[in-house]
Amino acid sequence: MALLQIAEPGESTAPHQHRLAVGIDLGTTNSLVATVRNSVPVVLNDEQGRALLPSVVRYGADGGVVVGHAAQSAQAQDPRNTIASVKRFMGRSLSDVAHVESMPYVFEDAPGMVRLRTAQGAKSPVEVSADILRALRSRAEDSLGGPLTGAVITVPAYFDDAQRQATKDAARLAGLEVLRLLNEPTAAAIAYGLDNASEGLYAVYDLGGGTFDISILKLSRGVFEVLATSGDAALGGDDFDHRVYCWLIEASRIGPPGLEDMRLVHMEARRAKEVLSAQDSVHVGVKLSTGDEIDLTLTRADFAAMTQKLVDKTLAPTRKALRDAGLSPQDVKGVVMVGGATRMPHVQRAVGEFFGQVPLTNLDPDKVVAIGAAIQANVLAGNRSAGEDWLLLDVIPLSLGLETMGGLVEKVIPRNSTIPTARAQEFTTFKDGQTAMAIHVLQGERERVSDCRSLARFELRGIPPMAAGAARIRVSFQVDADGLLSVSAREMTTGVEARIEVKPSYGLADDEVARMLKDGFEHAQEDMKARALAEQRVEAQRLHDATVAALLADGDLLDTSERAVVDASLAALATAVKGEDVAALKQAINDAGRATDEFAARRMNRSIQRALAGRSVESL
Amino acid sequence: MGVTLTEKAARHVAGFIAKRGRGVGLRLGVRTSGCSGMAYKLEFADDLAPEDLVFESHGVKVLIDPQSLPYIDGTELDFVREGLNEGFKFNNPNVKDECGCGESFNV
Repeated sequence: MALLQIAEPGESTAPHQHRLAVGIDLGTTNSLVATVRNSVPVVLNDEQGRALLPSVVRYGADGGVVVGHAAQSAQAQDPRNTIASVKRFMGRSLSDVAHVESMPYVFEDAPGMVRLRTAQGAKSPVEVSADILRALRSRAEDSLGGPLTGAVITVPAYFDDAQRQATKDAARLAGLEVLRLLNEPTAAAIAYGLDNASEGLYAVYDLGGGTFDISILKLSRGVFEVLATSGDAALGGDDFDHRVYCWLIEASRIGPPGLEDMRLVHMEARRAKEVLSAQDSVHVGVKLSTGDEIDLTLTRADFAAMTQKLVDKTLAPTRKALRDAGLSPQDVKGVVMVGGATRMPHVQRAVGEFFGQVPLTNLDPDKVVAIGAAIQANVLAGNRSAGEDWLLLDVIPLSLGLETMGGLVEKVIPRNSTIPTARAQEFTTFKDGQTAMAIHVLQGERERVSDCRSLARFELRGIPPMAAGAARIRVSFQVDADGLLSVSAREMTTGVEARIEVKPSYGLADDEVARMLKDGFEHAQEDMKARALAEQRVEAQRLHDATVAALLADGDLLDTSERAVVDASLAALATAVKGEDVAALKQAINDAGRATDEFAARRMNRSIQRALAGRSVESL
Repeated sequence: MGVTLTEKAARHVAGFIAKRGRGVGLRLGVRTSGCSGMAYKLEFADDLAPEDLVFESHGVKVLIDPQSLPYIDGTELDFVREGLNEGFKFNNPNVKDECGCGESFNV
């Protein structure tokens, strides 16, 4: 018979109506699945009692797909068909992936997202992630005794649209209903019950196997808002292992080891690191295949000293996130530690000193994200009364905007806006009789299109022919709770509309997000000048085109010498447009304006005369 | 007669209540629903109702409303593990037939 769980008072479900919901931490190195059972959030273990599922998938030549520990142990013998850390490729094109040459995979560039060639054909990162999710789903269904209603899946706060969409697609492929994508730091805060805590600012310090993320959250009236995120995509616990590894090799005075010995020493280095989180010293004794021996003792103090630089490296992004949020360390009310590497005492000490308080470490740092996701999933699946419901707010990592004339970006939704959000802005036509408008959606902080990331393009057609500037085109940006963008454009007088769900062809690397942010700050001055220049160019071009059109229509109003003056001013304008000098361009625009003043006045007279021709004063 | 918990069930209930942070005991009962007429109710109890019948088993209080008792009198609640799944199981001597999954039953 079915096994029952204890419900909250008055909330026993009807038979066959269990809403089984899980939270999934789909990590770069390891993944976990958790649920709320008997009102207690728990991580679900596999048959061997292991909570972590290595995020590794092996595609065998025999057609078998192996996920987790078994795939991980095959990594050395079959590196090409064994995909690890696939999260780094989610929603990325080949050009976005850093260090392609140092990875054992055969990459294929495909439209939208990179593919990995395996014994079972080309696999997209979405498919690989789906295999990981499928393994977690079957673990969950075996543990809970029934099909899942849905899942909350966590993603890094800086994940862009493409990466979030790719994650959702992977879940769908694995047969999981996504209740919500949840930012990892927000999940960690929920696991610590900070949503029930007093209002204030919290920092989430997440040092995982290979990545570091810092997030600043604001809790007000039970609502979480991510104020800022920062991090280092190439810094994690593995770097600490590597530091110990190097020390073991150097201190033992042995040459560069072979592949097998390297793995052995690396494993010992990792073990030593882990032991030092609990003990003051550790002995490392390894015999290598070359006959060389490592026989060393490492103390906690020495380990701390040799890895202090790595710890310090996490503090720079931490400072930056605080600066982005306009805060100082003292403003932070609580610090949540996430990721196995935060078990190291000197990491905890450094974070404690930085924020001037003891960080929260009483939950297992490997599990806190999954647990927070499970708590959220339980609420979203309807297993808690409405009164206890809460709303989560996240932010957009980079501004979203549109291309306008002159290759400039008009920001519609600024960076760090909370989502879900919707904003609209009105645009107009540039040319007389313009009947279509290209909408180019961009993400980034810079002023020029070429410095931002292109997300999507579409066209609004069927604009009635009108004079330039007369059409009113309302462009609306909408970002849903999962951070996915849809853009629509509507011509207000006729109601013609075009829209696009931004399922961007590819997204931004997190270090690219960081770089773009940094560029945005560093180039602010330069960008301002570029914007001024581009704006003047647009104005010059408009004046030039209008004058040419007028000359065509009413050129007979000018005598030869007058015509020469206007032509000269047009030529000057055309030259200035090509130059980089904003002041010269402004001057040329003013000169051309003055040169055509008289001409414009005569045209005005003529059109009035035409309008009045043959009509008596009385009829006016 | 009343209702009892196996020692294992009692240990788990006590553990869950401790982790949950509140609760005076466990409430068992039946409701009319499900494919075979009756369904079990298994909930945490935060308050004791005046009409509740209270049984104590291995240090855990089991609360039952008087109307439910005839259907589950003599039941032993066990905690079992089946593969990866684990949970509570009613060993109810009153049951004449139950639906395939055992979530609802008839007396």
